[in-house]
Amino acid sequence: MTDLTIDPQASAAERFAVGAVLPAASFPITRKDLVRYAGASGDFNDIHWNGRFAVEVGLPDVIAHGMYTMAVAGRVLTDWVGDPAAVEEYFVRFSKPVVVPDDGVGALLEVTGKVGKALDENRVQVDLTVSSAGQKVLGKATAVVRIR
Amino acid sequence: MALDQSFVGRSYPPTPAYEVGREKIREFADAIGDPNPAYRDQEAAKALGHPDVVAPPTFPIVISMPAADQVVYDPALGLDWSRVVHGDQRFTHERPMRPGDRVVAVVTVEAIKTFAGNDMITLLTEMSTVEGELISTARALLVARAESEEQAS
Repeated sequence: MTDLTIDPQASAAERFAVGAVLPAASFPITRKDLVRYAGASGDFNDIHWNGRFAVEVGLPDVIAHGMYTMAVAGRVLTDWVGDPAAVEEYFVRFSKPVVVPDDGVGALLEVTGKVGKALDENRVQVDLTVSSAGQKVLGKATAVVRIR
Repeated sequence: MALDQSFVGRSYPPTPAYEVGREKIREFADAIGDPNPAYRDQEAAKALGHPDVVAPPTFPIVISMPAADQVVYDPALGLDWSRVVHGDQRFTHERPMRPGDRVVAVVTVEAIKTFAGNDMITLLTEMSTVEGELISTARALLVARAESEEQAS
């Protein structure tokens, strides 16, 4: 696949043009990350840290908080645009759980993004693709990003 | 079990004010592994045009999720909270949250649907300062899974 990622020296017009590709990123996720996110967010649901409980309720293992996955994937947006406040709207559908085994490795979240459309002179829609273990874990992940 | 449609349009009382803290923003940014200086360094945030550090785009979940619990655990609604999973989430921001913001949340039941035995409820949470300035709106789809389905998120 041709790498269309726009280099940082590119003009704003090039960086924000429809079809421009955001720098992709991969994020490892471990149990420790989920525990830290539980503490910071206040979401202590057992399915996000307790393997015994997760299996009891029919999950393969502990799964990441959907909101953690959304937040981590959002870094591709904020790293690209620089100012986190430029992300005016952000939507995701939680389509598949991100399973995080306690095996010393954990999971890997892979995130790509591209400018999907221009909404007005100052805003673009960015479409993200977010996968783990070869499956799309977030559906219709889209953001409205202010570009000037 | 189908949920009572008369809850559609119902708003719950405003939550007690949540005061956004500088160290809470840093803790949340650390937890999502995001080193962006705008979350930690006042000068970096000012260089971007902000009066102070800003919170990450998904930070308002810290306020909107406990607010939504009013609905999830409302015995009158009777949602089977033990089977509730998060279906989707949207944030719309008027501006980022900042240290010192005192935020109240008002949750409104926007829609109730039943599909393939799953109860689906859409909650709109408007988060405003105590002075009345709207900061962020969160819209969450919560799904109470039918007894036979095993997927969760």
